[in-house]
Amino acid sequence: MGTENITMPQLGESVTEGTISSWLVKEGDKVTKYDPIAEVLTDKVNAEVPSSFSGIIKELVAKEGETISVGEIMCTMETEEKGIDQKEATIEPPRNNSDFNKSDETSKKRYSPAVLRLAQENDIELTQINGTGKGGRITRKDVERVISSKPSVSKDVPNQQSSPSISNPKPHRTVSDESPDTSINTGDMEIPVTGVRKAIAENMVISKQEIPHAWMTVEADVTDLVSYRNLVKNEFIHSEGFNLTYFAFFIKAVAQALKKFPELNSTWQHDKIIQRKAINLSIAVAVEDKLFVPVIKNADEKTIKGIAREVYELSEKAKNHKLTTEDMQGGTFTVNNTGTFGSIHSMGIINHPQAAILQVESIVKRPVIIDNMFAARDMVNLSLSLDHRVLDGLVCGRFLAYLKEKLENMNETSIQMF
Amino acid sequence: MAVMSYIQAVTTALREEMLRDEKVFILGEDVGKKGGVFRATEGLFDEFGEYRVLDTPLTESAIAGVGIGAAMYGMRPVAEMQFADFIMPAVNQIISEAAKTRYRSNNDWNVPITIRAPYGGGVHGALYHSQSVESVFANQPGLKIVMPSTPYDVKGLLKAAIRDNDPVLFFEHKRAYRLLKEDVPEEDYVLPIGKADVKREGSDITVITYGLCVHFALQAAEKLAEEGIDAHILDLRTVYPLDKAAIIEAASKTGKVLLITEDNKEGSIIGEVAAIIAENCLFDLDAPIMRLAGPDVPAMPYAPTMERYFMVNPEKCEKAMRDLAEF
Repeated sequence: MGTENITMPQLGESVTEGTISSWLVKEGDKVTKYDPIAEVLTDKVNAEVPSSFSGIIKELVAKEGETISVGEIMCTMETEEKGIDQKEATIEPPRNNSDFNKSDETSKKRYSPAVLRLAQENDIELTQINGTGKGGRITRKDVERVISSKPSVSKDVPNQQSSPSISNPKPHRTVSDESPDTSINTGDMEIPVTGVRKAIAENMVISKQEIPHAWMTVEADVTDLVSYRNLVKNEFIHSEGFNLTYFAFFIKAVAQALKKFPELNSTWQHDKIIQRKAINLSIAVAVEDKLFVPVIKNADEKTIKGIAREVYELSEKAKNHKLTTEDMQGGTFTVNNTGTFGSIHSMGIINHPQAAILQVESIVKRPVIIDNMFAARDMVNLSLSLDHRVLDGLVCGRFLAYLKEKLENMNETSIQMF
Repeated sequence: MAVMSYIQAVTTALREEMLRDEKVFILGEDVGKKGGVFRATEGLFDEFGEYRVLDTPLTESAIAGVGIGAAMYGMRPVAEMQFADFIMPAVNQIISEAAKTRYRSNNDWNVPITIRAPYGGGVHGALYHSQSVESVFANQPGLKIVMPSTPYDVKGLLKAAIRDNDPVLFFEHKRAYRLLKEDVPEEDYVLPIGKADVKREGSDITVITYGLCVHFALQAAEKLAEEGIDAHILDLRTVYPLDKAAIIEAASKTGKVLLITEDNKEGSIIGEVAAIIAENCLFDLDAPIMRLAGPDVPAMPYAPTMERYFMVNPEKCEKAMRDLAEF
């Protein structure tokens, strides 16, 4: 038993409503399925409406002479059997919960053409606008709101000579707005920015604009490491066929330090920080005007010799332009051998989206005071750039201290080459 | 002013034009004594007689062909295709002759014919009684395709079509015939062919559509207004050639555009609308151009559940419009 509705049927194409000309049943009548229950008049036809169910007429909802739309209820019935489910399969639009926009910022930096144009024409710093669109996206309306409430968010760019009147922005800025110092003079050479150079430029800009960099430098006494390496280097090149560089030792030590401080082996993902399990070290390899960053995968699982071989092979590949995408993917932390260029201090730009980069500077012999006496020691600076969103000074300080300790204790007895 | 249904507006426009100009005559299947299967020509046979309201054989190619010939001789025929679905046998006459005669004869000849046809689904008409066929004709320069959405527009545009000196296809939504009613002026007026019409002013999103979908969009817009979403709705009215200036203006106004048709999505009128917007409005766009249309299946299904799945309705419009507003 159940209550079912009988609705106004569609009595022909283009018919959207019908008038009950007379009821053929009354409330309380028992009817069987397909019995006529009412006469209905439309402007095309006059028809009898059959019952869709067997049962007892409960209520005549529509009165005689009344015009109702197709699908509206004519009468209700107590049915004997379970009738056909007449409920329409309505499409329920998924409701957004109200804090949807607040937590999700994934589209905050997805700018539509309209948003970019308005921002440029009105000198608006988009990063200062809160987006109300999906995923925190800044909508055209958001920008228009800011424009109408100017100058509260407008940013005064010091270099304004090229467009003197900000109060009266031109509708479309053209290329001729270029500032005078970019004009080409006789003898100047124009070098088109393409390929690797362009990729480098773009990555650097992303990294520098997005990541709040902070820097730390410690110095390590690697006298023992230097003597050990001097001891074995000739034999090594004989037996292995390639150079044993200091860099391999540093990479090994960094991998060990990252194992202990995985905080540095991570990446910023807007609403979360992902700490990587694998320790894949990117190493910077410069070849004339190009910079490649191949990766030593799972560096923590490799021996110093294994690392030395890989550094050698990757730089050979870079020189011969044989690096594959595979070679350059998956880096989780970068070690940059700035010492090769003689640098003793530098501030690296983080290899986006990693969280830190370590610059291994030149090893130099310096007078150092040990036990109140001067001693000639081999010193090296280790300069760390860190993503301050992910990392703070404390953990980085501990990381560098640990690294320093590891390096200072690398000597003939402690080093395991193989 | 009198409240008139969409189909009454058709009948009224036909009658007034026949009274105004004796060159206007009607031809089609069952248009005479029966008054048309939808009753669009009801009473005209009695009023104007068998020489001005002609019952033809079931031969759409002849209905179009006879009409075109008469038009070239200076008559103003209004040919009725009983259903737009049945226009296919007449396509050769319409595309090869009606559309091209003025061009081919270097302006010596023209074809002032109006071809009316009920189109559209949602009426349990299944395959042969539900199709939208406008895109078949919408890349034939020389033709005009008018698809009004309201009784007021029907009267003004059908009169304009009959008075136009070139062929006009006039598609009427059969579900709108008795669904839509509104005040229609009793006096004579024409509306311009080739001009779109803003049916609702709004500032958050732009909906561009035509035919019955205009009403679905308007209903959805009223609901969304309660949530603070303000929709701008442009009714194309003439789907070929398109009113580019109005499309560009409407799209640029909000930068978020939803295009709706009940035709199959691919190759439909709204694809061309999207192209016009893409060509002209890039720097005003704030969201990808969105389309709501029928699925790319061969025909409107008969089963009610399947027909609902195929047809655009106010709920689908509302969802799409909300999605776009939230983007």
